[in-house]
This record gives sequence, structure tokens and C-alpha cells, in this order.
Amino acid sequence: MRREIVSRLRKEYIASILAKGERMDGRRLDESRSINIQFNVTGSAEGSARVQIGKTDVIVGVKMGVGTPYPDSPESGVLSTNAELSPIAAPNFETGPPREDAIELARVTDRAIRESGAVDFDSLCITPGEEVWMLFIDIQPVDYDGNLFDAAEIGALAALMSAKIPYSRMEEGAEDKPLPVRCFPVSITAAKIGDSIVFDPNLDEEHLADARLTVGVDENGAVRAMQKGLSGGFTREEVGKIIRTAGVLGDERRRLLFEAAEEAGVPVPR
Amino acid sequence: MGGKSDIRLIDENGIRIDGRRRDEMRPVRIEAGVLKRADGSAYLEWGDNKVIAAVYGPREVHPKHLQETNRAIVQYYYAMAPFSVDDRKRPGPDRRSTEISKISAEALENVIFVEQFPRTTIDVYVTVLQASAGTRCAALTAASVAVADAGIPMRDLVAACAAGKVEDQVVLDLVKEEDNFGQADMPIAIVPKTGEIVLMQMDGHMTLDEIDEAMDMAIKACYDIYEIQKEALWKKYERLAEEEVV
Repeated sequence: MRREIVSRLRKEYIASILAKGERMDGRRLDESRSINIQFNVTGSAEGSARVQIGKTDVIVGVKMGVGTPYPDSPESGVLSTNAELSPIAAPNFETGPPREDAIELARVTDRAIRESGAVDFDSLCITPGEEVWMLFIDIQPVDYDGNLFDAAEIGALAALMSAKIPYSRMEEGAEDKPLPVRCFPVSITAAKIGDSIVFDPNLDEEHLADARLTVGVDENGAVRAMQKGLSGGFTREEVGKIIRTAGVLGDERRRLLFEAAEEAGVPVPR
Repeated sequence: MGGKSDIRLIDENGIRIDGRRRDEMRPVRIEAGVLKRADGSAYLEWGDNKVIAAVYGPREVHPKHLQETNRAIVQYYYAMAPFSVDDRKRPGPDRRSTEISKISAEALENVIFVEQFPRTTIDVYVTVLQASAGTRCAALTAASVAVADAGIPMRDLVAACAAGKVEDQVVLDLVKEEDNFGQADMPIAIVPKTGEIVLMQMDGHMTLDEIDEAMDMAIKACYDIYEIQKEALWKKYERLAEEEVV
């Protein structure tokens, strides 16, 4: 991916107000941008969602198909997560096979979903050792204004919540059933710029970031996945603080997800 | 993570499947300068992990458009030999190794004086010859010694170690069975002089308290690794000095 060029004046300005605890868009350092979640945005997918965090805009689709299980888990469904950083979303994204940024985005999203046990893979078994449901999560950013990690993850979770297992495609007259989602992990990303830590970094802030930490927290406050990125470092204390703030922001974002789901008629846990 | 098993991973005396205590690291042995053609190299054994690292550079960047006008780039290639695991691994990069390579390059970039070598690349190749969990930490630990062995100016070494959770207990440096059937794994790398965390991943399930305990455990272990890394570099120069005398 080509690097984007940011003017030094802009960088210096952002850094100078950050030192005073302020951000360009007026947010507090630990404040997320406004978030908008839509469900079932495409009819061809088994489940889908569109998430806007500020000007970042990501569409996530879930497709399901029948395949063979892995030999070491003959009774479990298979999950595969992929991200496509196409030039649709930013001028410096390139076409072609996924590069390391897209792979990292997909794998970090995959881990939060997989490790939290959000999906009960055993329930996706059709015939042990022969046929299981394969679950494909495809992440398609359409506007990149920073923090794809959070948008992709909440989008993936929303898409799963709205997904229906397509039994009708297997057997005539059969009814599609909702895909059971058991856990609701939310990824929260923080960036370190100089000595400041900002949550939900926008594009300008990402350009300036020295280090990045994504924390996946579930509804019980447990951490399910983490990923540190970029060449800067965090102190032990900074990591502890980020994880704790992520718990608070995660609860808030999960509440917004459930509200949006309720409005869209998507099943929400009681 | 999260697999099922009937194996007891920790017995009633708190002894783990390979005989270690909860906060005990596997034995680590590092040798610097083991390869002839590479600018810098290291061989590392970490329990049953065996890793070899080679470093080239600073050298010309190919393809040219990757070069940065104001600094060197660090390219890291983590690979597992096809024979390093029980079921043969298909050779060549996969998504897992691409991700490990990316975050390891970022960690090394933190300590290398990249600004001294504009328009160049520092290429780090690490191959896992035998794997038993914790290979990304083993690889980065070896790579860091190999970069130093290449004489590339560094602020410090990078030392790595993982901690995790097995049978509801926080443990240091998970072995293969613990990684497969345990509850969480959290690899960490630090810059020992500053204590800064430059690599951190986690998957599984841990409470905030467990994460605190695991972080403390892993960071403490990184300082032990750091001593072994420095020792390996000292030994290499002692060896060179002896050869000079003869």
C-alpha cells in the first residue's frame, strides 16, 4: 500500500492540540465517534451489516455454504474471515491479492469473533466428519477514515446476528433458521501519539500514531483478543489503562449495537 | 485455544505437563553468528522450538518503490519449515506467517536506528525448524540477536516471551499441549531498557486481573531472555578474540 502524504502543518497542529488534551473533531481523548449500524444491507448474503464510525464506512457480509470439516474437528463448522482493502475506500489502497494490512485486519477480526465463542461451531455440524456449515465473513470497507479494526469487528458481529442458516437451499421446503450468536465481543482500538492515548483514532490521528492497540472485550468484561500494531511501544501502565477503558467503551458500543438490532428486528439477547 | 481434551495440563501440585512450575520458562539457548553468508545470524533453542535467523543489510531495496527516502525499511520473513510440525506444513507464506512477519518487523523497527540508512532495507529471515508453541517469540528473540550480530546500530535488543491461561491458572511460556488445549495465549515483546511493550497479541479468555498477572509474568521473563541474548553476543566476540590470538 502506498503511504498517504499528510502536510507537516496538519501533523504539528494535531500534535499540539493533543498535548492540551484536545482533538481536531472536538472529542475527548477516550471518546468514540458516532456510530451507525444497519442490518441486512444486501439480500444475497446470509447476513450483512453496514457500520459507519464517523466517516469510516464498512460493509460486512456473511455467506454460508456446505463443506467438509477439518479432520481434527469433524463435528465443528468452519469460519473464514477475509478483508478486501479495495481502492473504493481510499486512493492508496491497491487491487490484487490481500496484503499484510488486509490480512491483519481480517485476522484480528477473526480472533475476536472466534476466541469469544460468539458462534457455536458445534451447532454447525450437519453430518459428523462429512458435512458442516462453512461460515465466511467478508469485510469490505467502502470509506476509510481511520479505525477499520473497530468498524470491521462490530460489522462482523452485526452481520452474524442477522444471519440465517440457509436450510432452504439444501432441502426443498425447509426453513432458514437464525444463526445462534452466544457472545458479543467488541473491539476497541486506541492509538498512541507522542505521549497521548486516543481512542477510536480517525485517519489524521492514524497517520500520526506511533503505536496502536486493539482490545476485544466481551459482555462480561473479559478480554478475548488483543493486537498491538505499529513500531512504537506502550508502557505496562498504558496497556493496563487502555484495557480498562476498552471495557467501558465496549459496553457502550454493544448497547448501541443492541439498540440498532432491536430497531431492525434482529434478535437481541435478553 | 479452546480445544477440548481430557489431559490434565496442571497436576494437583501445580506441576505442568512438561514438569515446569507455573512461572517457569523452558530452557533457552542462543548462539550468535552461526551462518557464514549472512551479515548477521543466530540459532535459538527454546524448549523444543528450534529457530534459525539470518539478517542482510542495510542493502538496496527491491522492488524500488518500497524504499523510503528518509529511513531504512525493515522486512521480516517468518517461515515454518514444512517438517517443523506434525502434519507437513505447505511451504511458502500463509496468512498467519504474514501477520507474524508484519508485527515482528514493527517491533524490530522500534529499536533499529532506521533513520541512519535511508533508501535501504534490512532483511530479516527467520525459519522455524522445529515448533512447539511460542515460535513467534522465539523467532523475534533470535532475530533481534541476529540484527545485533550484523552490526546494525540498535537502541536495544527486543526480548519476547508469552504468558497465558491453562486450567484457569496464569502460566508462563505455553508448550504445545497447553497452547492447543489451554484457555488463552498472550505473546509479548519488550525493549528491556525502557520496559516498553513493542509486540502484544492475545487470544482466548482472560479477566483483567489475569491479564495483569500474565503481563507481569511475561515481562519478567523477557528480562531473563534479554540476559541470554546479551550472553550469546558476548560469547561470539569472545570466540572471535580467541581466534585472533591463534
